[in-house]
Amino acid sequence: MNFEPRIVGFCCNWCSYRGADLAGTARMKCSPNVRIIRVMCSGRVEPTFVVKAFELGADGVLVLGCHPGDCHYSEGNYKTMRRMPLLKKMLAQMGVEEERMRLDWVSASEGDRFVSIVDDMTAKVRALGPFKNNSKEAKHG
Amino acid sequence: MAKLKLALYWASSCGGCEIAQLQIGDKILKLAEVADIVFWPVAIDVKYKDVEAMPEKSIDVCLFNGAIRTSEQEHMAKMLREKSKVLIAYGACAYGGGIPGLGNMFNRELIFERAYLETPSTDNKDKILPQTKCKVPEGELTIPEFYDTVKTLKQTVDIDYVIPGCPPEARTTWLALEALIEGKLPPKGTVITHNAKAVCDDCPRKRDVKKVKKFYRTFEIIPEPEICLLEQGLLCAGIATRGGCEAPCPQANMPCTGCYGPVDGVIDQGAHFLSAVASVIDSNDPEEIQRIIDGIHDPVGTFYRYSLPDSLLRRARVK
Repeated sequence: MNFEPRIVGFCCNWCSYRGADLAGTARMKCSPNVRIIRVMCSGRVEPTFVVKAFELGADGVLVLGCHPGDCHYSEGNYKTMRRMPLLKKMLAQMGVEEERMRLDWVSASEGDRFVSIVDDMTAKVRALGPFKNNSKEAKHG
Repeated sequence: MAKLKLALYWASSCGGCEIAQLQIGDKILKLAEVADIVFWPVAIDVKYKDVEAMPEKSIDVCLFNGAIRTSEQEHMAKMLREKSKVLIAYGACAYGGGIPGLGNMFNRELIFERAYLETPSTDNKDKILPQTKCKVPEGELTIPEFYDTVKTLKQTVDIDYVIPGCPPEARTTWLALEALIEGKLPPKGTVITHNAKAVCDDCPRKRDVKKVKKFYRTFEIIPEPEICLLEQGLLCAGIATRGGCEAPCPQANMPCTGCYGPVDGVIDQGAHFLSAVASVIDSNDPEEIQRIIDGIHDPVGTFYRYSLPDSLLRRARVK
């Protein structure tokens, strides 16, 4: 059976979600693997959300926010910019491949950029295969 | 009134919890007035078979410390649950997995390899590893099975309360024992402490703006004694840890390591701590941010020091 990755995408309301919307209204072709969750700001994405997504069986997590300097709330995305690399470092220690978590910036006018990020991430996660969840497996081991 | 029947047990732990139990000082006499200790492997000679012979729910309270790492510990957890009316996870290991829980970064094979083959002080030419069964002239010997994954007490059996800490402070232990003696028990599932807010609430250090350009390990600086340790670049877990301990570590110039577990409402202490730490980084430049993060050497060991088995991911994926 072909493996179709399930990727959770957190998109900020003001830029990335609109970017995704633009890709849709412009009828751009895009991998259907990212399940978008709209958040008011990428700064709202707590590391717990990302870990929880993996716990619940996501194969990848994509966090998209406004470009640095463009945040609707001035500096929410700067907080994300600091948190996600540290989270990535922690996840790497936990044996989660680097490509399964990605932080990027997409503005409201960048429908094409949204598509290319989604396609690229989907291809990389597909190549990695399914993310086997530890917590469900761990009975004794 | 009949005396309370009290049991104390240790699973995967260091023995520090037993010492912490004695630290309640002369209150132990008050405890002896109202309670009989029916099982306490560290101090009294009661065998497993004696516990097995006890009727169901005949123990009033069991303080269970240590994580669940072997089949023996799992067996005892199940047996003590059956025999006890109230089962309390005592200390960080029973609560969140504790230091033994960091074994979840590895599996049995890797741990055995390290402990029985690779360590420089080990002389094991025949590469003998522990076996659950072994034949000797006198017959068959058995030892408990060592599991791949460390579990918390709550992941093994139903628990009633938690007394957190590594080890629990005497005041926390007494707070719980007093409630038991007086029969004023909180709702089931309560983590019993004096303060449900974060350690910062207990900590007398001055707090101002948190902006950090470089993180230090404890041996790299002597911190200023009155200012918040996190502001000085030390990875203090106080912000992500339940209080009630009166912040003895920050008051001794050492950062909190998080032994009282998460505050109410937090499901993953490590991710919560990580989020707070990353937010105080004082830079908007991705490269500089990366450099500052490179100064945090062991994120899992720092953020999940006492709670890895209790975290959302529970263990690392080991190839």
